[in-house]
Amino acid sequence: MYKFLLCLRYLRTRYIALACIISVTLGVATMIVVNSVMSGFGHEMEERMQSMISDLVLESRGHAGFPGAEWHMDAIREVLGDDVVGMTPTVHVPALLDMQVGEQTITREIVLIGIDPKTSPSVSKLSEYMIHPENRDRLSFELREDGFGDRLPRSGWSHRRQRARRNKELAAIYGQQPAADAPEGAAAADEAAPAAAEVADVEAGPVDAGPVDAGWDAPPPADVAAGPLDDWGQEPQPEVFDPERQQNPGVVLGIALSSFRTPDGDERFLNVPGDDVKIAFWLTGMSQRTAVSSDFTIVDFSESKMSEYDARFVFVDIHELQRMRGMIDPTTGVANVSAIQMKLREGVDPNEARQKLQAYFPPQRYAASTWRDKQLPLLEAINMEMIILNILLFMIIAVAGFGILAIFSMIVVEKTKDIGVLKSLGASSGGVMSIFLGYGLSLGLVGSGGGMILGLLFVDNIDLVRRAVEYISGREVFDPTIYYFQEIPTLVEPLTVTWIVCGAMSIAVIASILPAMRAARLQPVEALRYE
Amino acid sequence: MNDKNSTATTSLDWTGSLPSRPAGGASPAAHPTMPAPHVHFPSAASSAAPSATTRATSEADTSAGQAQLSVTGIKKSYRKGPHEVRVLDGVDLEVYPGEFLAIVGQSGSGKSTLLHLLGTLDRPDAGEVYLGDERIDNISARQRDRLRNDYFGMIFQFYHLLPELTALENVLAPMMIRLSTLGYWTNARRLKRKARALLESVGLGHRIKHKPRELSGGEMQRAAIARALIAKPQVLLADEPTGNLDQETGAEIMHILRTLNREQGLTIIMVTHDAKIACQADRVVQLVSGRVEQVGSG
Repeated sequence: MYKFLLCLRYLRTRYIALACIISVTLGVATMIVVNSVMSGFGHEMEERMQSMISDLVLESRGHAGFPGAEWHMDAIREVLGDDVVGMTPTVHVPALLDMQVGEQTITREIVLIGIDPKTSPSVSKLSEYMIHPENRDRLSFELREDGFGDRLPRSGWSHRRQRARRNKELAAIYGQQPAADAPEGAAAADEAAPAAAEVADVEAGPVDAGPVDAGWDAPPPADVAAGPLDDWGQEPQPEVFDPERQQNPGVVLGIALSSFRTPDGDERFLNVPGDDVKIAFWLTGMSQRTAVSSDFTIVDFSESKMSEYDARFVFVDIHELQRMRGMIDPTTGVANVSAIQMKLREGVDPNEARQKLQAYFPPQRYAASTWRDKQLPLLEAINMEMIILNILLFMIIAVAGFGILAIFSMIVVEKTKDIGVLKSLGASSGGVMSIFLGYGLSLGLVGSGGGMILGLLFVDNIDLVRRAVEYISGREVFDPTIYYFQEIPTLVEPLTVTWIVCGAMSIAVIASILPAMRAARLQPVEALRYE
Repeated sequence: MNDKNSTATTSLDWTGSLPSRPAGGASPAAHPTMPAPHVHFPSAASSAAPSATTRATSEADTSAGQAQLSVTGIKKSYRKGPHEVRVLDGVDLEVYPGEFLAIVGQSGSGKSTLLHLLGTLDRPDAGEVYLGDERIDNISARQRDRLRNDYFGMIFQFYHLLPELTALENVLAPMMIRLSTLGYWTNARRLKRKARALLESVGLGHRIKHKPRELSGGEMQRAAIARALIAKPQVLLADEPTGNLDQETGAEIMHILRTLNREQGLTIIMVTHDAKIACQADRVVQLVSGRVEQVGSG
């Protein structure tokens, strides 16, 4: 009984011990905050990665892809049975994006992805990331009239018409050749060869529907090899392409490709839906490497808030892309695809499904991978970072443990006389020891309990804290353009919190063992002799 | 040895586990006239029961019965750096039930050491300490802890109250040590009542909730006496109880001790260097160069 009473009294009267408590508290709070933010970060990122990437993908190792998406899908259904609940074919091609902004051309390296608007929603949440609300419901590569929301007030057909009219007026004033569809300054741009021209020994211009060329010099006639394009190129286009009324093939840009933030945090756009861009990409089926550059009209932006995706992914209609790249066999009409994306039934192990696919499809030609495989380096990096951070932070608490050790030793010296008195009253060595062990434990309890509360409060109000720190320091702490997220994501895992608190408490107890043993060994006479 | 059965010296149930003193060489000496102390310390009373004993009583006190507490040939030395200082050099002393014994001597003469040896706070280098018939200098730490809690009450020159606890809690401390947490809780009310009564009996009824630092020296010593009494000890060991007090307060403390001794038959062994204080005891022994030099009566 005296042990509890004395523990409690020591706790209340030894303010020096508060120093230990505070260090334990801060250590625990830091660990909880860091872990919550890290796991929130990881969790959110996984969520987003997974929403853009499908659960499982079977892709061609070759550049040209494989023919017959339907046949492959049937085969997959045969292999995986009910485990697969959705499938969609995709075409992936590395590409260069040219954006005309003012008088300059901005070139970005992108991945051009052809998706099937009909089946894509069954596999990924891509359409949920569209800016236009109707596209969120049903993705369409047709430009919408307007209604892109407050972030893009002047977009869509209304913007396109206005811009085309102004360009026409400008052309009339300066008497230049009609800079029909080009954004402002396109007249200058037509002199500058598109960046893609460097790689394009054959311009797809002629097959690319004459009107599109209005903005640039007519390229030489196409190589005959661009066969499949002929279908498209031969489409009768009697009238001149009128950007006021017509659009190029629709494209959805990752929002980070055409937006940036000013240092004040305002969002600015280089392009908006309704503007045209040029995309250069490889053709397939060529003996020679051949690239084409083609015009597209931005119909929407996708914003997954994963800057890795938002700054790289550009989506077009898969049929359009297949046709442009010459992936459709002119005789059979069977189109090639690069990959089949799959959504698995809830609870199915993606690794198991992957193995089944690997066993079925010849690995020399097909690669099956889960979304985790695709993001392995990143996920591993996050995991590693978390482990190392935890080790480092736990060391902080261990340092607090040494503080407890030092201060406890002092308290034992200070309490020498009292220990002698307790022993003269019949307290056993074990009893005296347990006073100090109990004291250590209660310090740990108070410290880590306080730390837990502090940490959880911090996590709960992390945005407030961020703003306060930004206000005080005058600089942005969490820059959404650098990080993947607009807000600091947090995820409190009760198990982790429990571990942290228990760890801190055991450190406090371990640190008090030595002083407690010293107290227990004290001879009562020695404790009482000198006064 | 049938004497052991008959006396058992004690009603101290715990002594059952104590090692018995060697019987050889002891001449049985009956003291049927030994006065039974009029106490409400039942075990003390029973220990005074007329009996044969294995202990030879010292010549100095043949009138009394069997010694309640005795030491024979006690030696104790301390190391101070390279030098060994012999503090006690063969002390023989017997204390009888209900006696008020004063041990006097100069500073460093070893009085406090002797008191600590009697109270099992320390072990002698040589010699033996007996509680009645039982040797107690070589018992286990656990048994000594219990002995200190059950049998001895101690008061010190510097009071040694625990500064974190109130006067009442200080008084209760020995009971908290003795009982388990559960045992203490179930008896808390009764124990508190008793502690309060004890504090009142030493004139501290108005200082129950005060911390030691809020008490005067005399009040602290009273609280210390109350603490020493709560566990119903058989022997009170007082180490310079008035050493730190002014004359008047010291006299009050002595009055309390004398009353305890006289009215409750509590055996008191008091160490002091003050002859005036010492002469209030029944018997005075003087320690000179590590030996009991002179024995007089108070």
